[in-house]
Amino acid sequence: MIPISYYLVLSGMLFALGIVAFFVKKDLITMFMSIEILLNSANLAFIAFSKNYLSVHGQIIVFFIITLAAAEASLGLAIILLIFRQRRTIKSEEISLMKG
Amino acid sequence: MSYFIFFLLSLMAIGGVLGMIISKNQAHNALFLVFSFASLGGLYALLDAPFIAVIQIIIYAGAIIVLFLFVIMIINLKKGIPPERKRWIPYLAIFLGVIFFVQIAYPLVSSLFFFKQPSGRVESSPSNLGFILFSKYLYPFEITSLLIITALIGAIILLKRRGSK
Repeated sequence: MIPISYYLVLSGMLFALGIVAFFVKKDLITMFMSIEILLNSANLAFIAFSKNYLSVHGQIIVFFIITLAAAEASLGLAIILLIFRQRRTIKSEEISLMKG
Repeated sequence: MSYFIFFLLSLMAIGGVLGMIISKNQAHNALFLVFSFASLGGLYALLDAPFIAVIQIIIYAGAIIVLFLFVIMIINLKKGIPPERKRWIPYLAIFLGVIFFVQIAYPLVSSLFFFKQPSGRVESSPSNLGFILFSKYLYPFEITSLLIITALIGAIILLKRRGSK
């Protein structure tokens, strides 16, 4: 059987790649997608520990995280559409009103 | 055999994320993300969580990414993303990402390979999951419904055009 630690290393790699994607990308939609990658790597770690301790509670937490991701996606995309309606752009470096 | 499936699925997951980083097209980004999330669903099935695997594929690939695709179609940037001026920022981000991964991995190296896979099985049938969800986690479940209502009303109020009847 595959050791649980392999899954944990994969989860860490996905988290690091998600953070890299968040800082490399320039448009708001893809930056938002990388947040979904971060949530998924956390889900993978939860399910791996749930298998490690032979307990089902980690999977329940993953239910709640998936629900939260759906709510967050709807609200975040609404905010992105609102920004696009007002500024006609979704590039993160052109939305620099607060930079001073 | 299970090692082969694990490495194939993890290569697919990481390859999907790498493709999302490299590609410039937003719709292609969303499709790479579907690829990556579907292979993560396969990994969940390997970890004795078949119901979570199905939920992952239905909700992530079927609902959330389709929502992203709708927004990409609505926005529809014809020019595409112009090349950015500061060329050094991606390299700095990759360097910092590698440092971040080492920071996660280094303190764990002594204890990480302590986790073998136990031989038993998780009682993860949907009936058992539902029983625990509605008995022990009843209050978080109801609070989650409040969260969804709040997100629904918030999205409607944010996107309502003011002044229109």
